[in-house]
Amino acid sequence: MKVLFRNVKELVELASTENKLISELMIEQEMLVTRRTREDIMNQMDRNLTVMEQAVEKGLKGVHSTSGLTGGDAVLLQDYMKKGNTLSGNLLIDAVSKAVATNEVNAAMGTICATPTAGSAGVVPGTLFAVQNQLHPTREQMIRYLFTSGAFGFVVANNASISGAAGGCQAEVGSAAAMAAAAIVEMAGGTPQQSSEAFAITMKNMLGLVCDPVAGLVEVPCVKRNAMGAANALVAADMALAGVTSRIPCDEVIDAMFKIGQSMPTALKETAQGGLAATPTGRALAERIFGADFVKGV
Amino acid sequence: MKFKSVFDIIGPVMIGPSSSHTAGAARIGLVTRELFGRQPKWAKVYLYGSFAETYKGHGTDIAIIGGLLGFDTFDERIKTSFELAKEASMTYEFIPENGHTEHPNTARLVIGDDAGEMELIGVSIGGGKIEISELNGFPLRLSGNHSAILVVHDDMPGSIAKVATCLAEQNINIGHMEVSRKEQGQMALMVIEVDQPIEDQVIKEIAMLPYITQVTKIAD
Repeated sequence: MKVLFRNVKELVELASTENKLISELMIEQEMLVTRRTREDIMNQMDRNLTVMEQAVEKGLKGVHSTSGLTGGDAVLLQDYMKKGNTLSGNLLIDAVSKAVATNEVNAAMGTICATPTAGSAGVVPGTLFAVQNQLHPTREQMIRYLFTSGAFGFVVANNASISGAAGGCQAEVGSAAAMAAAAIVEMAGGTPQQSSEAFAITMKNMLGLVCDPVAGLVEVPCVKRNAMGAANALVAADMALAGVTSRIPCDEVIDAMFKIGQSMPTALKETAQGGLAATPTGRALAERIFGADFVKGV
Repeated sequence: MKFKSVFDIIGPVMIGPSSSHTAGAARIGLVTRELFGRQPKWAKVYLYGSFAETYKGHGTDIAIIGGLLGFDTFDERIKTSFELAKEASMTYEFIPENGHTEHPNTARLVIGDDAGEMELIGVSIGGGKIEISELNGFPLRLSGNHSAILVVHDDMPGSIAKVATCLAEQNINIGHMEVSRKEQGQMALMVIEVDQPIEDQVIKEIAMLPYITQVTKIAD
């Protein structure tokens, strides 16, 4: 298969030499690989963006999962933010609340768009709809945000993993946060190189994160990991825009993530056998939800 | 490259909570149904690895049944698929297995009705993307993301060429193709992923070629 880029180095070099946005290269590659028209591709991403908007809207009204483990936190955060006394800043808390909103809808079996997975679906839209209020992007720029995220996610998925069962949470929320950081930089007017720095800085701070869902549900700690993924992405984007660079190149960070995932024990890769799932409270919650037999099996 | 499209990364649109354990599971069920060509009367689902450990929490079970009922990843009916299966008189059983598989999210589906049975191994590789790794004992690699034609045929010289010629005449381009057989000269399977939509007429023409036993198509 002929592609325009296989790793971040090629992606950034091509964007720099051709003086194109990363989102543009992702769109061109999609046209090349799928032979679909630009209009068709843009329209599909527009529909995905609409699904994300609707999920956030639904979550901000307040939803609760069947298990009762998650729900309502997005509302708490919005109410708190509106009082205007946030310590970490309104934009950051707005992003966090919208990431939480998306994942609360996901946990309640609502409709979401996986970015790159359902368990990590909050970070990219959460950050997008928060920076939207400050950067005032056009609809096309918002769609491009998703293509920039997608370009980096494409590299991770093909060179490492975006599966929690294969690589732990670092592969899911870690990838999502790093993708979002790169997209924030592009929307804020940073260079492709700065996007890759933001990606690397975020991913480095997600390395080693395990996937240990209580009762096997995509709820605890997944929802709050999306919240912190969004925060991580915003801070890393600001660092990159300030001119801070990563000493370890982006592709090597991705490779490190892959190797850490491979050496991570199975108990910490979406099997609900270790980590938070195996704590006394984690086990008690699983027993309450599914009964003692199920927990014994775990 | 396992992930070809940006919509493998930003997508699919789906019912929560898990792309691998819910959306991927629904797709495995849906592809199984499409290959079978109709709704099965019964289904036995063997789950491995992370699927076996966490299927209840992720709704993997209702998603697979939803897929077998013909529901796609974003179909809200997935939530009530157990009740809908009952209404459709389809019985099902889930069997968590301890055995080790290459990928942690693997399901083996054995389905059937009065007219026949089918066995398929599906793998959910992340982000809602799946691969079919085995069909009725034939090893294969099928993504379910492209239009594809599956041809069961006799392992005879010229059988592959005739199918390829038939597709060429219809201006259909082959993107990926695999051929496997159990024993020389016996039953064999062609898996052909194509770039263009496949009209029913093409399937009929292939079915009439010599040495061809069965032809099935999977829509994009």
